[in-house]
Amino acid sequence: MSSIIVSGKPPTERPALQTTGEPLKERAFKWLLWGCMAIGIVTLVTLLTYMLVKGLPRLSTQLVTNMPSQVNPDTAGAQSAIAGTLWVMTFTALFAIPVGILSAIYLEEYADTERWWNRLIEVNLLNLAAVPSIVFGILGLAFISRGLGFGPTIITGALTLGLLVLPVVVIASREAIRAVPRSIRMGSLALGATKWQTIWRQVLPASVPGMATGSILALSRAIGEAAPLIMLGVSFVTFTPDGLFSRFTTLPVQIYRWGSLPQAAFQELAAAASIVLLLLLLVMNSIAILIRNKMQTRW
Amino acid sequence: MSTLTVDKHAAAAGAEGFLRQQRARHGEKLVYVVLLVSALVSVATTIGIVFSLVVPAAQFFAEVPLREFLFGTDWAPNFQPPSFGVIPLLVGTFLTTVIACAIALPVGLGAAIYLSEYASDRARKTLKPALEVLAGIPTVVYGFFALTFFTPLLKVFSPSENLPGTFNAFSAGVIMGVMIIPTVASLSEDAMAAVPSGLRQGAFALGSNKRQVSTRVVVPAALSGIAAAFILGISRAVGETMIVTMAAGLQPNITLNPFEFVETMTAYIASSAGGDIATGSTVYKTIFAVGLLLFIITFVMNMISIRLVRKYREVYE
Repeated sequence: MSSIIVSGKPPTERPALQTTGEPLKERAFKWLLWGCMAIGIVTLVTLLTYMLVKGLPRLSTQLVTNMPSQVNPDTAGAQSAIAGTLWVMTFTALFAIPVGILSAIYLEEYADTERWWNRLIEVNLLNLAAVPSIVFGILGLAFISRGLGFGPTIITGALTLGLLVLPVVVIASREAIRAVPRSIRMGSLALGATKWQTIWRQVLPASVPGMATGSILALSRAIGEAAPLIMLGVSFVTFTPDGLFSRFTTLPVQIYRWGSLPQAAFQELAAAASIVLLLLLLVMNSIAILIRNKMQTRW
Repeated sequence: MSTLTVDKHAAAAGAEGFLRQQRARHGEKLVYVVLLVSALVSVATTIGIVFSLVVPAAQFFAEVPLREFLFGTDWAPNFQPPSFGVIPLLVGTFLTTVIACAIALPVGLGAAIYLSEYASDRARKTLKPALEVLAGIPTVVYGFFALTFFTPLLKVFSPSENLPGTFNAFSAGVIMGVMIIPTVASLSEDAMAAVPSGLRQGAFALGSNKRQVSTRVVVPAALSGIAAAFILGISRAVGETMIVTMAAGLQPNITLNPFEFVETMTAYIASSAGGDIATGSTVYKTIFAVGLLLFIITFVMNMISIRLVRKYREVYE
């Protein structure tokens, strides 16, 4: 940009017009921005390396076959935590994904945004998405765990985490529905389909990849949550859950318990459990990216 | 809305006779009701949160005066006699939040400017997901990292024997700040992307360089969106639980020394609910009183942030 020459100036003045101090400032600014990017990336790499170095020695089949212990680190595993995580995530998904998608269909296809109650639902969702997770834990503790008397069981955990990630599912599903062009709906309606037939046979199939991606990302938020579960009273458990009303523990809760113990052996276990959790997240995110890349329709 | 008009046309055609609907479609109405009920789940959640906080908190304030709670400087609910001054918890939250924001806000904004104004398409495609991975790492893993890696690292470089302690606000704040960078960066970048390119081209045409365009045109033009990102970042720092519970400490402390231990509101809530306290006891109710305060603080910030985002969308989209 600095090479633009104002017309009418004699050629001899050209060097004077070239900026001298700017490039340095400009370069410094660019380096500053690079530094900002680097802080995040470097921390990420450091964190992953640290977890690997610390946890790798304990990353064996013992982690899957043995039960956790707070006394005996040598034989401790994380079987109940891994099983509990899978159980609670299954029911979180079964609750949050259908409700989230149905809400999204309502908001995108049926709601008249001129009406105050529909705007309220929308603002409410945006706010809920930013409410601290521990507040959802308080809700779960007061209403589901103690209010309904379920205690710290799978169903309490799944409902609490489900409500926590519901806004994420709704927001992602709305985007997926919005990406379906209006002409598809118009065509279907013009051929005599009812509104629901149009949604069920045209809009939903076209937005499934987007919804799946959003739902997996929402679940990957739920799978790492420890705070709301600790609120519910989820704690140390040495058996795998056998039903909706079984007590349980999850990987994040187990990482918290082990990580807070001073002995080095428990901290290695916490790091190993973190690796398992991060691997689960990696798998989920890979599936999400795969769906997004392979299945997404381009209109 | 568009479909409403279609229905009207259908009704008009029906009036002519031959296109009249043959039977009432109860299924369509049922679908509508099911969808509406699903959408109301989120509203019920908010109402549930408010009720679950307000009812026990009201009982708490019947036992402990509001003034003592808000202005008391001693937080010792389990002591005899107990004391319920929330100031130490507020100071703890304030200190860790300030440290986190000192990292997350400038760095997040810088990363957003880089991604939006400087990065090539290829660089953006690799760097943005990498940054988003940061936001996807479970907070309990960050907490563990802060406690067992970052704090010991600080101690190596510390000239003092006792500080920083095993639990300190600095370590928790810094790691929390790094965790929040992607939130700030991604929302700020959205706001900058919404700035019309005509504004940039105009500034370039007047002889500005990239830095000037970024800092004097794009950032001011995206200011309301950036402010929204900042407020949301602060709100996340206030509400973050696991990092501060694990790394900042569980003992209330009125201090502004970042290398001392502090207890935040969230850490208090998480640590006291973990035990088997009796439903209905005053200590049980403190969870809800502190939770209500936390909810009000984050709610106000979230609302301001939502308003600001709407403002820039109205201007540019």
